[in-house]
Amino acid sequence: MSNGTSKIEYVSYLEHQGKYEGIFSWIFATDHKRIGLLYMYAIITFFFIGAILGLLMKIELIAPGETIMKPQVYNGVFTLHGILMIFMVVIPGLSAVFGNFFLPILIGAKDVSFPKLNRFSWWIFIAGSIMAVASQLMKDGPPDTGWTFYAPYSTSTGTNVIMATAAAFVLGFSSILTGLNFIVTIHQMRAPGMKFFNMPLFPWALYATAWIQLLATPIIGITLLMLIGERLFAIGFFDPTLGGDPLLFQHLFWIYSHPAVYVMILPAMGVITEIIPTFCQKQIYGYKAIAISSLAIAGVGFLVWGHHMYTSGMSENARWFFSLLTFIVAVPSAIKVFNWISTMYKGSIDVKPPFLYALSFIFLFIIGGTTGLLLGSVATNVQVHDTSFVVAHFHYIVFGGMGFAFFAAIHYWFPKMYGKMYDYKRANIAWGIIFLGFNLLYFPQFIIGIEGMPRRYFDYPIQFQTSQIISSIGGFILVSGLILMVFNLIQGARKGKLAPANPWNGSTLEWQIPSPPSLENFDEEPVIKKNPYYYK
Amino acid sequence: MANNSSHTTEYVVLARVLLLLMFLTILTISITSYHLGAFTVAITLLIAGTKGYLVLSYFMHLKYESLLLRILVGMVFVLFALIIVITFIDYAYR
Repeated sequence: MSNGTSKIEYVSYLEHQGKYEGIFSWIFATDHKRIGLLYMYAIITFFFIGAILGLLMKIELIAPGETIMKPQVYNGVFTLHGILMIFMVVIPGLSAVFGNFFLPILIGAKDVSFPKLNRFSWWIFIAGSIMAVASQLMKDGPPDTGWTFYAPYSTSTGTNVIMATAAAFVLGFSSILTGLNFIVTIHQMRAPGMKFFNMPLFPWALYATAWIQLLATPIIGITLLMLIGERLFAIGFFDPTLGGDPLLFQHLFWIYSHPAVYVMILPAMGVITEIIPTFCQKQIYGYKAIAISSLAIAGVGFLVWGHHMYTSGMSENARWFFSLLTFIVAVPSAIKVFNWISTMYKGSIDVKPPFLYALSFIFLFIIGGTTGLLLGSVATNVQVHDTSFVVAHFHYIVFGGMGFAFFAAIHYWFPKMYGKMYDYKRANIAWGIIFLGFNLLYFPQFIIGIEGMPRRYFDYPIQFQTSQIISSIGGFILVSGLILMVFNLIQGARKGKLAPANPWNGSTLEWQIPSPPSLENFDEEPVIKKNPYYYK
Repeated sequence: MANNSSHTTEYVVLARVLLLLMFLTILTISITSYHLGAFTVAITLLIAGTKGYLVLSYFMHLKYESLLLRILVGMVFVLFALIIVITFIDYAYR
């Protein structure tokens, strides 16, 4: 392994003078680290827009009846919130940001296999994002279908469905190309001595994720094209009046969109698996089980899409079969949780901000996961389908899972990315506010969901108001915590103390090189002789 | 760890595969003039599958790749078949 000392003059990737200067040195960058940062700035921007839209929904729901917006505006707001958060934040989030930045470093490579393709993926991502935003501003008005674009409504609504689906189609290409790049990188560019089973577990998670991106994303692409074709030429794929089958859309949509949940959560699990051994100073418990469970989640996760369709009119046999498969997919997820907790047992735990976020991830993911089993069971699903219970479950998994893992990752790798430290105390306070706000925002939605509060409704009976008010207050607390967290990180990047190469005493390769890394990461190719989580 | 070994396929082999693909294409078209009932689709799918196998094996060099890579590509087809079968658990029993 490299010992982190430079034999040649060290210039960080941030200071490196390439062919282009100024903003063009970023737009035309092929360095995986710069591309990772570009994704991060875009994704955080989209996240805050999505969060503001979410807050607007919570303000609307603070009292029954119309509060600040009309019903049609509300439909547009939750649709845009969903499109932004799903397609532009959580799906690319960890993989595109931290995968791009750290995958090559963690496997001892200079860059990804196809740096120019990587840059092209980023450009496609921005083009798709611009199209998604444009769909909100064009003359027919924002789409009002929800992010799921369910047919036959999406084939007939007069809003800008074509532009929004075309945007999702374009964004999909970015995801496919990133996945392809990562698979080839992991196969071809591991450092000498690094076999699959002594590769760090974040790359393992990215590897499983990349296969999903590569195989599942084309399915949503073709489905959205079919939807566009249906709207333009009345072909009759999905519209029953034209001889189509609306359930075909749901099948095709969820064949992609359920594995997409694992595109969000698998890298999140990978991040947590990196953080826990570092802050426990202990070898990861059950390395192979964690690695293989990533592949198992990716594989079985492909086969459970029908649990989104129990009330759609699907056949009884399909319903119990999907329910069985759904319970099976919970097993590898539970293996990971067991291994994380076992790693902590008798470890030298150092409670720093990344570890706090990692702990919160486990807590929130357990709540999200176990409520997922309620939804996976046909009998209970029928009771709570399309209620705010589903909204709560989904946010506990996606925000409590992927979101908190993103925050954990940024606090963990920040010193390496910027070569600066942030203020721990302020980071801890921000974590406390975010954690409190998150639970106040989403937990009441489990309760009113069981009591019958439908999702995506603009109005509700007075009996739900107390929970809705608590939830809205939680929304404000959460956003204020997020603002404090981002402020602290910006302050750290601008005025923070210089970070040492290995501030957390981590054992993986990124901590063996200077902070921030040089353009090609390593002065000399590292040779791997031991497992990645070696602690004395 | 990189496996940068490459394999060059002889032109004569590629030419033979090309001829075979053209023959199978003609076969696909000509088979429509026979009344094979329900077997028509099955036979044309079989021919299409064979053509896909030839393209993957020779033109995309899968035949010369490592066992791991061949298994990975094979798993993709298994996954595809599973998705089709599971979808038809709904359609067949609805």
